[in-house]
Amino acid sequence: MKTIIFKTASVFLLPLLLLFSVFILLRGHYLPGGGFVGGLMASTAFVIHSFANGVERTKNIVKFHPGFLMPVGLALALLAGSLPLFLGETFMTGLWMDQPVPVIGSVGTALFFDTGVYLVVIGVTLTIIFTISEGL
Amino acid sequence: MLTAVISGFIFALLIPFILGRLQSKSSLWVALLPLSLFGYFLSRISLVQQDGPIKVSYEWVPSIGINLDFYLDGLSLLFVLLISGVGTLVFVYTAAYLKGHPYLNRFYAYLSLFMASMLGLVLSDNIYTLFLFWELTSISSFFLIGFNNDSEASRKSALTALAITGFGGLFLLAAMVGLGHITDAYTISAMAPIAEMIKGHSLYGWVLLFLFLAAFTKSAQFPFHFWLPGAMKAPTPVSTYLHSATMVKAGVYLLARFTPILGNHEWWNGTLIAVGAITMVYAAVHALFRIDLKGILAYSTISALGILVFLIGLGTEEALLAASVFILVHALYKATLFLVTGIIDHETGTRDVTQLSGLRKVLLPVGIAALLAAVSNAGIPPSFGFVGKDLIYGATLGMGDLAWLFTLLAILTNVALLVAGFIAGIKPFIGKLPERYAAVHLPSPAMYVPPLILGTLGMLYGLFPGLLEAGLVQPAVSSLIGTTPDFHLQLWHGFNLILLLSVVTIGSGTGLYFLLKPSEKLLGKASRFERFSPETLITGFTVGFGLLAKGWTRFFQNGYLRYYLITILGFLSLLLGYRLFVGVELYIDTGLLSEITFYEAIVLLIMGVAIFFTVFSNSRLVAVASLGVVGYSFCLIFLFYSAPDLAMTQFSIDTLTVILFVLVLYNLPKYLKLSDNRVRIRDGLLSLIFGALISILALEVMNESVTKETTAYYAENAYILGKGKNVVNVILVDFRGFDTMVEITVLAIAAIGVFGLLKLHLRSTEKE
Repeated sequence: MKTIIFKTASVFLLPLLLLFSVFILLRGHYLPGGGFVGGLMASTAFVIHSFANGVERTKNIVKFHPGFLMPVGLALALLAGSLPLFLGETFMTGLWMDQPVPVIGSVGTALFFDTGVYLVVIGVTLTIIFTISEGL
Repeated sequence: MLTAVISGFIFALLIPFILGRLQSKSSLWVALLPLSLFGYFLSRISLVQQDGPIKVSYEWVPSIGINLDFYLDGLSLLFVLLISGVGTLVFVYTAAYLKGHPYLNRFYAYLSLFMASMLGLVLSDNIYTLFLFWELTSISSFFLIGFNNDSEASRKSALTALAITGFGGLFLLAAMVGLGHITDAYTISAMAPIAEMIKGHSLYGWVLLFLFLAAFTKSAQFPFHFWLPGAMKAPTPVSTYLHSATMVKAGVYLLARFTPILGNHEWWNGTLIAVGAITMVYAAVHALFRIDLKGILAYSTISALGILVFLIGLGTEEALLAASVFILVHALYKATLFLVTGIIDHETGTRDVTQLSGLRKVLLPVGIAALLAAVSNAGIPPSFGFVGKDLIYGATLGMGDLAWLFTLLAILTNVALLVAGFIAGIKPFIGKLPERYAAVHLPSPAMYVPPLILGTLGMLYGLFPGLLEAGLVQPAVSSLIGTTPDFHLQLWHGFNLILLLSVVTIGSGTGLYFLLKPSEKLLGKASRFERFSPETLITGFTVGFGLLAKGWTRFFQNGYLRYYLITILGFLSLLLGYRLFVGVELYIDTGLLSEITFYEAIVLLIMGVAIFFTVFSNSRLVAVASLGVVGYSFCLIFLFYSAPDLAMTQFSIDTLTVILFVLVLYNLPKYLKLSDNRVRIRDGLLSLIFGALISILALEVMNESVTKETTAYYAENAYILGKGKNVVNVILVDFRGFDTMVEITVLAIAAIGVFGLLKLHLRSTEKE
């Protein structure tokens, strides 16, 4: 699998796919997409990279263990859910900004929640795949 | 009152840190907590006497009736004073007994935990907090019995005790739920006025059965008594405190507490009399055959508990009075004897009664305490025990036709208990001091003063029973019978039948003591009957049940994924098949199905080919790749039926699955005959059956009239409420956001599981 073409391509594919996964995450509220699919795509990006260059290389790019994304994502989702509590609303009430933010679109708690999902999915997938590929 | 209960819990939390930090030589100051509680409750005596029971209530979970309702009446008062009083002495004693023990801080923590739970238990008015505190006492008892956790016997006894008392605890919950259901009330005080209604209810029998199971297990009644001798593995302060003076009386307390509500019914009285009588005689006789001091005391404690249950069963005013007094009598002399045993064990290193004699020469104050206790235990005037025994005989004699039988049983028990008390309290101190114990010396006063105090009290209350009458005994009895009782505690009743019975008891008991010499041989004779004892039977049952569970688990949880799948699919197929066969009229409307288009036909064809490769390929990689093709084809079908979200997710998932499989399979041999034909046929058949059933099910579902309300609601409100146009996503992150939250948590847990399994496994192989 470690052909020159694949290796070279994977280096360019990684940022492109990551960008695409963020795009999928952001458009999720209006068009097909969302945190779950986005997270899976981002993981795929890393997996492709690790296929071409070896797990060690990929891990060097990420710098930290992907498992840390899980608590971060969970905390983000929980925070997004409990934000309305501070404003006297019930848990997980959707709050939205009045004006859409350029490029991103309308921003609300649901988006942060979805980002939390996105991070958890990446963390889970990469943890499992990296652990298994190291274990063998 | 809440502070009084909570303080122990807080103390238990803090003490490991404080004691660990201080490293102080003496931990005597710890006893300040029970001492101040004792003082607090003493000051309540006059209040209760004047104004009746004190009631305090704090809301906790009012919606389901769980509140911190506390209720301090005469009965509770008797128990809280016992708990905090004996507690103080035990705390002091422990400071010397376990001095320098590395886990002394833990020990005190467990002890305070226990004390707080026990206080909570006897103060609870709310039936659910009663259960809660009841369980807490079982748990703290488990920790204390297993305190010497490096000994296997200790751990085993702790587990046995927890199993038996925990088993009973569940029945207590059942009884309480039953009572709550009958009365619609959550406090014991609210149930008393409607006692007749409860007794007439059809569930009365069940409530009674459950309550009895709870009380009998906790108070070590036959046939659940055997955990108590095992619990003697605990350090002596624990045996003193939990397993003689307080916790084991929780069952008695429960029965006494519910006497005004459930009592005075033939089932109630009959059962309690029978169980109590069997226990008291059985255990008292058993005590005679023991040679371990703590064993003797354990069996005599069981017997005493039997007497209490028996007296509550008799249910007359005299009997309940006798029970209230005997609780106190027993706590005083039995705690003393236990503490003395602890000192003997601590100083000589043995508890074998055949080895011990003449210790009065070296442990005189201890001997005096033991003598006082033995005298009170024997009921020799002028001890408090004499008063207690008089009351017991008075109660049995007042039972009409069966009076002679009950009195006979009581005499028999008392004679045996007297002998047991003499063996434990007098025998080690008289006679010749063996050479090897010549160097034995008196321990610190912290150890021998507590038993002396208790022993002296046992004598003092005998001489002046009036000290207790108005403050303690009268309120206790009145909370049992509901009216103010009319009696007078006194030592001397004049020459009458009761006195004669006492003389007979003391005489024959003393005679038996001189005849009976405890020895190994006697113990051996008694242990021949162990085969029929409840302990053996219940242990056998437990072992058998364990084996059954193990076999069952081995069969189903065999560790082979393929068999798990076969089991799950097979079971589901059976269930589904049965349901489709008997329950549903098969009606499949082909008219509802849309026509198959050209593209769909192509995709289906690809799927068929891929399935063929998956099943019949000899290469694992080919099989996995073909499986991926099947998955991708599914994505296409989702796309055809306008579910792009689903298709996208399915696509990513399939990609990752294939990658995972490849990663796992990478290191396995490439070509291999995966399974033989018979296995393939079996698996194929199962898959076909399951697939067919699911297809039928799916087609059936189309016939059902689906309520579209939810769908319509989501579709309409996705933009209005969720500000999103992608309904699926709005459902995921907004409408059902909570589900998603839980789902991602589960995902994270799964990942941690995988990580842990593989990494930990690596570590252990690395070590090798």
